[in-house]
Amino acid sequence: MFGFLVRRLLIAIPTVFLIITLAFFLMRAAPGSPFDLERPIPAEIKARLAEKFHLDKPIVTQFGYYLKDLSKGDLGPSMKYKDKTVSNIIAEGFPVSATLGLSAMALAVLVGGFLGGFAALRQNKAGDYAVMGIAMTGISIPPFVTGPVLALVFGLYLGWLPTAGLDRGQLTFTHLLLPVITLSLPQIAIISRLMRASMIETLRSNYIRTAYAKGLPGYAVIIRHALRAAILPLVSYLGPATAALLTGSIVVEQIFALPGIGRQFVMGALQRDYTVVMGVVILYATLIIALNLIADLLYGVLDPKVRYD
Amino acid sequence: MEKASVQGRSLWDDARARLLKNRAAVASIFLLIGITVLAIAGPWVWPHDYDHVYKLKVGIAPTFDDWFWFGTDAQGRDLFVRLLYGLRVSLAVGVVATFVSLVIGVIWGATAGYIGGKVDEFMMRIVDTLYAMPFIFFVIILMVVFKDFTTGRPALNILLIFVAIGAVEWLTMARIVRGQTIALKRKEFIEAAEAAGVRPFIIIGRHIVPNVLGPVVVYVTLTIPSVILAESFLSFLGLGVQEPLTSLGKLIANGAQDMETMPWTLLFPAVAMMITLYCFNFIGDGLRDAIDPKDR
Repeated sequence: MFGFLVRRLLIAIPTVFLIITLAFFLMRAAPGSPFDLERPIPAEIKARLAEKFHLDKPIVTQFGYYLKDLSKGDLGPSMKYKDKTVSNIIAEGFPVSATLGLSAMALAVLVGGFLGGFAALRQNKAGDYAVMGIAMTGISIPPFVTGPVLALVFGLYLGWLPTAGLDRGQLTFTHLLLPVITLSLPQIAIISRLMRASMIETLRSNYIRTAYAKGLPGYAVIIRHALRAAILPLVSYLGPATAALLTGSIVVEQIFALPGIGRQFVMGALQRDYTVVMGVVILYATLIIALNLIADLLYGVLDPKVRYD
Repeated sequence: MEKASVQGRSLWDDARARLLKNRAAVASIFLLIGITVLAIAGPWVWPHDYDHVYKLKVGIAPTFDDWFWFGTDAQGRDLFVRLLYGLRVSLAVGVVATFVSLVIGVIWGATAGYIGGKVDEFMMRIVDTLYAMPFIFFVIILMVVFKDFTTGRPALNILLIFVAIGAVEWLTMARIVRGQTIALKRKEFIEAAEAAGVRPFIIIGRHIVPNVLGPVVVYVTLTIPSVILAESFLSFLGLGVQEPLTSLGKLIANGAQDMETMPWTLLFPAVAMMITLYCFNFIGDGLRDAIDPKDR
């Protein structure tokens, strides 16, 4: 187990480095610079600014400077917001995105797991078809359709919930309800399908038949024996789910005008705010790698058949 | 020679029979063919042009007068013909980008699985590494990088979308093909080919690839909708297809902006997208159940 952890961490380091390198050089290949404003600034000032951020040096040297700062944990200053560092921007946006993502994940696992298990127990009956129909709808309707429609119905027509906008430090339930539902719908669909398939497979296995044969009541067989095995594929879906939620939150933040980190990323990329883009990419890459690792370790703990050598 | 009295049934015959019994899948196939024909041929016969601006008919609601069946958008362009163009672009992106991912994925997976050993380990380690990348971020950066370059050159713009999305989607395909290849490698007919001295790449092309087609076809039908979604996602953020050309995602993005005053500009593209994705997903599920009928 320990050896496995070390090996995975040793792979993770070059992966993160590769991501940093790729993102850095790709971003610099984009035409334009962060100092191209609508009202042009004098050439001398532009040159001074470029000098301050080392943009006048060859690109490899710039990369060296960036890595040096990064090794000290410094993500650098924002090139667009004069009084903010990238760490400031991330610290402001990340709590919003994380709250959104975690709530959506929790909702998706609870609702999706329940629906999937329910469908499996009623395989090929009306309940099963109903759940799978809902799941198919969840997969086929993208969040940028559900988002605006939910906002239109609950925000505008019914007036129950705010449609957009959120002041910092005001992560209230009513503000987050619609974004979280929008973000979690596709995940609910995917998780319920996964859960149904694995539950059906588990229910067919011999030890479940044995448990019934021993005369255990139905709920005990399902909750104590079947559920534990059936939930495993969900654990390995944790990594991809995180990636999907991060992607989805870019759109959801856009729709509901939430000041999260996904919006900062898109704006940063469009405005050539190099350091902000790099900071967000590094943060998300690390997050995805870490969650994949946690999922694998968790899998080993939960599944006695898996041994890491 | 006398004709065999009992006709043999291959596994493919069984699979086709099971697929044809799946009503949702069959209906989806016909609906999808209908949508495709409409998207390709519709704009030729429709009286309006997709980029023609009717200055006096901005944002009119759906009406049968003057063939504005789906109304006009905020610029005064006919929504129906724009929807057909959007379908064209979205379907084309879905099919072509999936094809790109199919080619890369099948070659990569079959090679890794067939050669095995260190080569396999190295090639699949690359796939694992790429899996861990926040890919949508790279697609976004790519689209931003080439945005100025492709503005005013729609063909180049769409080509870039094909490549960017196709390059992301091949990973799962490679994994599936590799797994199948490893299972096939020890079968007698492969050993026979090896014993006869057939070269490895001929074996991969002639014996391995045709035999992994089943799961690959299933995955292809499920990849197309996710590619369509990815393109719409980019267009929604303003990074995909450029005006005046359009795609389903772009139409939805525009519709979402105007939904309070012109709900039809959101409704029609959203429904069109839903139906298209429904069809692909139903066909994919139907094919999977037909080829591998374990779950039903």
